[in-house]
Amino acid sequence: MERNLMKGNEALAEAAIRAGCKCFFGYPITPQTEISAYLAKRFKQAGGVFLQAESEIAAINMVLGAASTGVRAMTSSSSPGISLKSEGISYIAGSDLPCVIINVQRGGPGLGGIQPSQADYWQATKALGHGDFHLIVFAPNSVQEMVDTVTKAFDLADEYRMPAMILADGLLGQMMEPVTFPEVTAKEIEKPWAANGHGNKREHNIINSLFLQPDVLEKSVKDRFERYAEIKEKHSDAELYMTEDAEVVVTAYGATARVAKAAVNMAREQGIKAGLIRPITLWPFPVKQINEGAKNAHTIICAEMSMGQMVDDIKLAVNCSKPVEFFGRTGGVIPKPSEILDEIKKYAKGGNQ
Amino acid sequence: MAVVFERPKSFADIPLHYCPGCTHGIIHRLVCEVIDEMGIEGDTIGVCPVGCSVMAYDYFTCDMIEAAHGRAPAVATGVKRTNPDKFVFTYQGDGDLAAIGTAETVHAATRGENIVVIFVNNTTYGMTGGQMAPTTLPGQVTQTTPFGRDPKLMGYPVRVCEMLATLTGTALAQRVAVDTVPHIREAKKAIRKAFENQRDKKGFSIVEVLSTCPTNWGLSPVDALKRLNDEMIPYYPLGVYKDGNAFPEKEGE
Amino acid sequence: MAKITVNFEKCKGCALCTTACPKKIVELQKEKRNRKGYFTAVCIDDSQCIGCAMCAMMCPDCAIVVEK
Repeated sequence: MERNLMKGNEALAEAAIRAGCKCFFGYPITPQTEISAYLAKRFKQAGGVFLQAESEIAAINMVLGAASTGVRAMTSSSSPGISLKSEGISYIAGSDLPCVIINVQRGGPGLGGIQPSQADYWQATKALGHGDFHLIVFAPNSVQEMVDTVTKAFDLADEYRMPAMILADGLLGQMMEPVTFPEVTAKEIEKPWAANGHGNKREHNIINSLFLQPDVLEKSVKDRFERYAEIKEKHSDAELYMTEDAEVVVTAYGATARVAKAAVNMAREQGIKAGLIRPITLWPFPVKQINEGAKNAHTIICAEMSMGQMVDDIKLAVNCSKPVEFFGRTGGVIPKPSEILDEIKKYAKGGNQ
Repeated sequence: MAVVFERPKSFADIPLHYCPGCTHGIIHRLVCEVIDEMGIEGDTIGVCPVGCSVMAYDYFTCDMIEAAHGRAPAVATGVKRTNPDKFVFTYQGDGDLAAIGTAETVHAATRGENIVVIFVNNTTYGMTGGQMAPTTLPGQVTQTTPFGRDPKLMGYPVRVCEMLATLTGTALAQRVAVDTVPHIREAKKAIRKAFENQRDKKGFSIVEVLSTCPTNWGLSPVDALKRLNDEMIPYYPLGVYKDGNAFPEKEGE
Repeated sequence: MAKITVNFEKCKGCALCTTACPKKIVELQKEKRNRKGYFTAVCIDDSQCIGCAMCAMMCPDCAIVVEK
């Protein structure tokens, strides 16, 4: 297979087309704009719809419209833009529609900065809009993994009729890496619910998130949560690196996991039994894998580009059975391997105190 | 004897939830009559956002999508762009189209989005109990303008057709009313024209329908029609504000 | 020869049809309320009905069928 050197954002865009994405609606914002720019050109040849919307709000609602008709639809943005999309994401979830949303995170809150960040963890995993719902959230850590995740995101979104998010960051979006595009095995999933014109052959389909009867609404939410339970069972994912004998385990996802892996390698060279647990899905959260990876550790260090948004999830995953320490940089500052190594050493030396 | 008037086929045969005398039902019927006459029910997708007509998805027998408040033109854009051979219409109220959804409306129009927008203007937010709308007339008493709308404090009403007629992407901008049978006949012709424009790929077509809200106006249905005629039409004159083709170079393609 | 049939349960007694009838033969009856509690519209003199359908066109609930 051909290897290409590509920027993360452009690789994501190309992967979407190969995954059968037929339309993209977006709005410019740093550091994800290359996705729009790439698709504006590429859809012309590949056959698909690119449209620059008047706002993030319009863009996500265009996705809602296209997804309602059963076509694979995608939008992308960066942190402040995702906040604007949250209304539409809630409607998409409430209407049981599949789509893929990419968040190339930057620092926040507010306008924040334009450098890489992971400060939208809470937003992505817990609060992407009003109401009881989840998105499937993927946290790839390389340009290649972003490419591989796109098809999976579309497939799972279609299968479970729900939005999926690829939670990247400015580092992954902007960096260039060699990448190969695998033969696409995107699933063809029947969508008998689609509102694409009934052709006088069936009853009319209604795409809707309004249920004025509380018991009917409750049932629709509970049905959705049954699907969520199945996803939790089948699709949580994490990479375990040198965890078998690790006394100190670092948990980190996305770009931070690359830095953490370097720190773990440095620690191993110095004879410290360190390991890495890298959640690949943030929702569903890889609880089993974390317990497996941390089984011999006395300390867990949660490293993030935020003020520790994942810490509580790690504590819950291990049921507070061991200390979960936090190390993070935020505001667009990328942690150095040496900084994480210092943290590992701190706890490796002192043991469980 | 033969039936000369009955419910159109694409208008589901179920009771409407609207208040007595609310003219939404007339406007629904006109849209359905046009859909039936053009034989396009199977190729039509309707989008109804938040407002009194939020549950209109039950009334139109074509495929339907319920959109967030104000976002129907964006949702319709997503549908139409990916299904260019289908007919797509939105059915929106004044708060929806001219307040919270102003950006979506203006930009769908300026893109010449090839959709039909049915804009129901009754100068109030009906579903939430009669608050000031962007189209509330100066002096009009509503729940949130208890002393009457004072333009010095609340600004002036938006004349949507006049505004959208300035945009190149707009093919049709026409204001009609449903207070009398002749006006209703005129309204149907306008809606038909809007759907034909979509068939002929002429661009964005909006039909603004002056409508009533007897409940929140505090008037009987008959007096509400009188208010429409006496107070609304002078402020919102009926007529064709734009009638053309946003993409004349496409003609004959 | 023409006649109108008002759907008793769909009619909400709004009286818009009564204003539209050129013969002034559509009225709200005062004897029987429907299940929603409305006094519904009726034609008081079938012999005068011309089947113009103006009452039906004015009806917001599409509750009138016209035959001719």
